[in-house]
Amino acid sequence: MEQSRRRFLKVAGIAAIGLGAAPAINFAASDSHGPGAAAKVKNEAALHAERWGMVIDIKKIDDTLARKISMACHLHHNVPDFTHEVDTQLYPKTRPVNHKQEIKWIWKEKFHYAFPDKEDEFLNEKFHHLPFMVLCNHCKNAPCVQACPTQATFSREDGIVMMDYHRCIGCRFCMAACPYGSRSFNFRDPRPFIDETHPDFPTRSKGVVEKCNFCAERLAKGEQPHCVEASEGAIVVGDLEDPESDVRKLLKEHYTIRRKQSLGTEPSVYYIV
Amino acid sequence: MLEIAVKGSKKYWVWIIFLLIVIGIGKLAYLDQFFNGLMITGMSRDVSWGFYIANFTFLVGVAAGGVMVVIPYYLHDYEKFHRITILGEFLAVASLVMCLLFIIVDLGQPVRMLNVLLYPSPKSMLFYDMLVLNGYLFLNIVIGWKVLEAERNQVEPPAWTKPLIYLSIPFAIGIHTVTAYLYCGLPGRGFWLTAILAPRFLASAFAAGPAFLIILCYIIRKFTKFDPGWEAMQTLSKIVCYAIIANLFFFLCEVFVVYYSNIPGHKTHLQYLLFGYHGYNALVPWMWSGFIMMGVGAVMLVIPRLRSNYVLLPVACAMIFIGAWIDKGLGMISGGFVPSPLHHVTEYAPTGQEIIITLGVYAAGFLVLTILYKLATTVKEEVNG
Ligand code: SF4
Ligand code: SF4
Repeated sequence: MEQSRRRFLKVAGIAAIGLGAAPAINFAASDSHGPGAAAKVKNEAALHAERWGMVIDIKKIDDTLARKISMACHLHHNVPDFTHEVDTQLYPKTRPVNHKQEIKWIWKEKFHYAFPDKEDEFLNEKFHHLPFMVLCNHCKNAPCVQACPTQATFSREDGIVMMDYHRCIGCRFCMAACPYGSRSFNFRDPRPFIDETHPDFPTRSKGVVEKCNFCAERLAKGEQPHCVEASEGAIVVGDLEDPESDVRKLLKEHYTIRRKQSLGTEPSVYYIV
Repeated sequence: MLEIAVKGSKKYWVWIIFLLIVIGIGKLAYLDQFFNGLMITGMSRDVSWGFYIANFTFLVGVAAGGVMVVIPYYLHDYEKFHRITILGEFLAVASLVMCLLFIIVDLGQPVRMLNVLLYPSPKSMLFYDMLVLNGYLFLNIVIGWKVLEAERNQVEPPAWTKPLIYLSIPFAIGIHTVTAYLYCGLPGRGFWLTAILAPRFLASAFAAGPAFLIILCYIIRKFTKFDPGWEAMQTLSKIVCYAIIANLFFFLCEVFVVYYSNIPGHKTHLQYLLFGYHGYNALVPWMWSGFIMMGVGAVMLVIPRLRSNYVLLPVACAMIFIGAWIDKGLGMISGGFVPSPLHHVTEYAPTGQEIIITLGVYAAGFLVLTILYKLATTVKEEVNG
């Protein structure tokens, strides 16, 4: 691992010379072209972990905050909003939308949907109303990675499950494989449904799958993920392998649950309930 | 040998032109999908595979079913099948052509298709599926062609075809096994997560493939001077009979396990298909008709008097074929996605455009089948007449 990182840095260094101070445009697309790699060198502040993990304190989240969190993620990642009114001058002939084909990275679910295997008729009433934020769990044993026939979905060494939008053939095998419904498919060109395109993240084309990327492009710049920033302290990320990290401290102090633990996928997202 | 295909009766040409028109319409519908994306289908975030993959799965079975004539003839020297082995092999070729087309029309980014080869991923079952499907297609083309050519020249087929023929047998089992593995290895999909899936796929394949072959034999008898042989058809019907009974038995095993163990993650899917779930029941009438058709067909084939009735045999075969299509085509894929992993219920129905594209693919398959069968029957007529 150490060696491959050194090799990576070397290649990245060369790329950095070639491309100058290219901004971190493309890191999330992870197309392994120059700009993303260059950014990694440029930024010594980049956040690292042996295995990234997330702890979500559900008690601290209400519906308003849940919306704010989703919005922060979706706006910055150019996730299309099918309720957005299409600019008919820019995009004439845009056909009506099918809302069942929507795209989402992080959204709220009721308890019995987020944890269908923990359904309980005598469950404390308050749980029924809490907004459980669900997203890709960045599973340690990710079934989606195993299923992908092109390695367009892959696990990084730091545990983040990433997607290469340029390699994906849109077979949707990963969607069938994911036990958490974390993935969305671009059934159509998403661009007419993006209100304001954020230039520091790529838009996707039709025909590829996408999902939460743990804000890898932000971590690379030393910044916290958008959801963490918007969450007013309810969401924390950190290194699961580091006993001193914030997430590990939270895990020590609270009883936490993970989604569908019995499947052996080893989700990296924990919930304090 | 191909010159045979361009010499045909008027009926032959009318049929060919009809198929070409259907292909053309399907192609136009596909072009629209190509440019606008899979939004034109009824698929959704929750039901991310639909009609295309369902028909793909079913046709892999029909292709594998061809081996049911190859095994008796080549492994057990069952002479009666001598005349129809080529029909089984060519049916496999046509089915596989459709399978591959269905995969292509289902891709979101078909132009990147070759990424599967450029970045081979040995952990992905799709990778193996691609290998065995193409391998089986190649084997059947080579074998079918060489054997037919030899027959035309009235010589023995070259010796090297023998090992290929033997190889094609495990390949036939392989294509459907691996296709089942696409589904049954996924941890979060209770409906597919069962070891009986591959055996069940094979059983329904060995019923649907030969059942269709019997129907094709009737058509050949009607339109050509070549006679596939009544006895061969009777033997085939016994194969269909046992296979469909095995399929129904496997299904009942599944029903027992699911309902007796009562584990919700497994039960809800079957519940949705057979009785409806939370008021959603679009597939219930289909599933019951499918199982009734397979059941009645099985009974008809068990009873010798009915099985050997020249008029009733194709009826029983058609029922079994359609029943198997509903079971595998409609229920098997949708059933796995409803309810979703979060237990939301999103139902699926193909759109008109999706159906037109599907019909276009079928027409392409039938075009291949017609041409290959034309070659086969003409050569057989020449030799026998
Ligand atoms: S939650 Fe789903 S998409 Fe995310 S890593 Fe796990 S299996 Fe893959
Ligand atoms: S849709 Fe894309 S990411 Fe998903 S399995 Fe297929 S190629 Fe891989």
